[in-house]
Amino acid sequence: MIKLSLRDQIEDALTGVDARYVEIRVEDSESRHLRYRGRELEDVGRSSALGGNVRALADAGWGFASFNDLSQLKAKVAQAVHQAKVLHGEPITLADVDPVVATAPATVGEDPTKISLAEKKNILDRYAQIMMGAEGVQSSSVTYGDANKRVTFANTEGSFIEQERIDVNMRLSAMARKNGDVQQSGVSIGSLGDFAFVRELDREAQDVADKAIALLNAEQIEGGEYTVVLDPILAGVFIHEAFGHLSEADHIYSEPRLQEIMQLGRRFGGALLNVVDGATVPREGLRGSYLYDDEGVPGQRTQLIKDGVLVGRLHSRETAGKLGERPTGNARAINYRFPPIVRMTNTYIEPGEGTVDDLVRDVKDGVYVKNWYGGMTSMEMFTFSGAESYRIRNGEIAELCRPVMLSGNVFRTLENIDGIAADLDMNQGGGCGKGGQSPLPVSNGSPHIRIQHCLLSGA
Amino acid sequence: MARATAEEILDKARRVADQAEVFFVESTSTPVHFEANRVKAADSHETMGAAVRLIKSGRVGFSSTSKMDDPDALIEAALDTAQFGPEARFAFPGPAQFPDVPVYDPSVDGTTLEGMIALGQEVVDAVRSHSDQVTVEGSVSASSGTITLLNTNGGHFRYSRSGFGLGFEGTVIRGEDMLFVFDGKNSISPMTDVSGIVASIIRQLDWAKESATLQTKSMPVVFMPTAVPSVIIGPLLSALNGKSAYQGTSPLVGRLGERIVDERFSLTDDATLPRIPSSRMSDDEGVASRRLPLVERGVARNFIYDLQTAGLAGAESTGSGERSLGSLPSPSASVLLVDEGDATLDELIAGIDEGLVVERLLGAGHGNILGGDFNANVLLGFKIEKGQITGRVKDTMVTGNAYRALSDLIAIGSEGRWLGGGLYTPAIACANVAVAAKA
Repeated sequence: MIKLSLRDQIEDALTGVDARYVEIRVEDSESRHLRYRGRELEDVGRSSALGGNVRALADAGWGFASFNDLSQLKAKVAQAVHQAKVLHGEPITLADVDPVVATAPATVGEDPTKISLAEKKNILDRYAQIMMGAEGVQSSSVTYGDANKRVTFANTEGSFIEQERIDVNMRLSAMARKNGDVQQSGVSIGSLGDFAFVRELDREAQDVADKAIALLNAEQIEGGEYTVVLDPILAGVFIHEAFGHLSEADHIYSEPRLQEIMQLGRRFGGALLNVVDGATVPREGLRGSYLYDDEGVPGQRTQLIKDGVLVGRLHSRETAGKLGERPTGNARAINYRFPPIVRMTNTYIEPGEGTVDDLVRDVKDGVYVKNWYGGMTSMEMFTFSGAESYRIRNGEIAELCRPVMLSGNVFRTLENIDGIAADLDMNQGGGCGKGGQSPLPVSNGSPHIRIQHCLLSGA
Repeated sequence: MARATAEEILDKARRVADQAEVFFVESTSTPVHFEANRVKAADSHETMGAAVRLIKSGRVGFSSTSKMDDPDALIEAALDTAQFGPEARFAFPGPAQFPDVPVYDPSVDGTTLEGMIALGQEVVDAVRSHSDQVTVEGSVSASSGTITLLNTNGGHFRYSRSGFGLGFEGTVIRGEDMLFVFDGKNSISPMTDVSGIVASIIRQLDWAKESATLQTKSMPVVFMPTAVPSVIIGPLLSALNGKSAYQGTSPLVGRLGERIVDERFSLTDDATLPRIPSSRMSDDEGVASRRLPLVERGVARNFIYDLQTAGLAGAESTGSGERSLGSLPSPSASVLLVDEGDATLDELIAGIDEGLVVERLLGAGHGNILGGDFNANVLLGFKIEKGQITGRVKDTMVTGNAYRALSDLIAIGSEGRWLGGGLYTPAIACANVAVAAKA
């Protein structure tokens, strides 16, 4: 039997298809994870996966088939085409893009796949012992994962792209307990293909433990409206949740009333506000970075807000085709079991002027919030939770308080940003969830920012 | 190349490890998606995979794969992790008597794409005939699969399950005001009646027709069944997890047998209920399923354990080891039941002079869940004034603690409903919950 190369098999399967557009994505991946709970290693494992999918477009609907058995490629193309043809929905147009034939190797710093599990374990062990060694810490967890994958993409327009990427993620958290009261603190960090940061987290581990203990004696802030100053990490989560998701065109492309609200040229904030998303910015090698998205469209920089005015949004080929705009290379799939959907990459508020002190100086009574637990959005409303909060009194950052949740309405809250410092920093921890695809590697960031009249509730 | 069977993988693992277990899954699902009131996409997913857990020199090793033609690589990866894996505090269970828990209806496999499209369109059309201002999206999905477990101590099970689910969301946009209403239903059998989902979506649309505002203060709050998971169940389960108990982080450590909340509240985990999507005859480690009281008339009764956690804690597995293909089992509830009380929803609302009905929350999964805290934006909620719903509230947050909320009960509703395939709960009305509203 002659064994065909994957490329030959894919090209053979795409030949003579009875559909307007067909694409095939094949993914070969390996991952490793380690988890400490307290001082003990609780979980360690390795996984490998090989799978693929076919996405087919008839005139008025998508057929999608995912599978693990690659020997059935041709049959799976026929199945996806059949599914597509049964559908009689809204007609679909894909924005034109040039076919791409390319190979994109992984961005690698210190390659995590070259480091033994035993060495990884020894490093994590140190952090577990640091946190558990802090007086008052009841439990801690250290979670580490890395994954390398090779994705092969081809479509009936002649694109053939092979891309590799390596993702590294890590979380440290500590729980302190006193008289039945439990408080937690944690930090999430990640990188695109570089293990180096994992080696140097002693200070972070100590800090997480100390913070959890300190929270036991912290006061709760009373719910209400406050002037808040956010650190770059939490401001990054804020812009991701409060605005980023609304700029994903798949939310609005089939909803005319939302298109009216999100008309390009609309003012969203003061002239100081500039927001960007892009798989190639603000620097190379971030977790949301890539050369080509999962439809084979080059990653690029997209200005979303310029001087407070809406100037762009994030597209797949389908949403760009429907709205008559330019594709932006934001169609991403978390793995081969999912079709690509419009996602953010690296999303950030561009730097303004000055420092955090300048933002705090004229706040009489407010709250300074740092780090994050997470955030969610339902387009209009969003919430995001900060891990540490401090009272601001008479222009100075004062006592530590219990964690708070901030909540608001996107159309009003962005207008209420009245200060943006110059200190842009990117947050690479965690991941983004949408349409059941979670956690997708993204990054977000911002300088310190100040928001007036922000609704806040104590935890 | 040939696909390895579970037996072949176990035979290879047996030769290199002291004990071994193979977990094997095969499944298919065929969701149909609706967008902007019309059918948009039809998917089919075929999944298979195997996981090996082994014990060598007293340590646990683990690996998983979807590459079914290379069992040697799978076992080698598990051995690699076993060099320094966690110390095994259990032995794989031998042959067990499993309860009879039917969760497979073969008629799901006869579901047609055309039939699922028609059913989904029926929901869309019914909601749109009530109000053409609504944009409807959602999905109809059929699935089936087989789970097999084999271990070197003679433990073994194999069962099939089927699933059929509908979930639909309606969106209404007026200017910058957005309203999202949702309902869904899951079964092990194909569904033909969509009236319940349609009625629920229409009720939410009607209640949200007018706008209302609340003041920042503590007030009576009725948590609808859809809000109970994030406010009540999530915090309780994190505290009832055997891992939190063993680690000493659970606020319920040392309190089994004690009253922790109002005696009208009872919570049971029961994976043996027939024909419920999340039910099963065995947990994912080969320990027979059982009915497990968690909170009985306000008294904490049991923590949830898998084999390893039970070994660490000096307890017995409660048949609660659940896993995905790529991870070791961990303690998890299966089918949760909150006992119904005696007040209808109408009675609960009628008894409140000024308060809030919470239908859906946003962001409730963050913060100090283990301590019982909840803190969330009210994505969909309604004001109660003099025993009547007067309209939708926005820019509103609720903050509280599950234990305090359940200790300060007004009443538990009498009309329970299933949420997904694994939780049955009525509405729960609490007397004093902190509500923050934007002025």
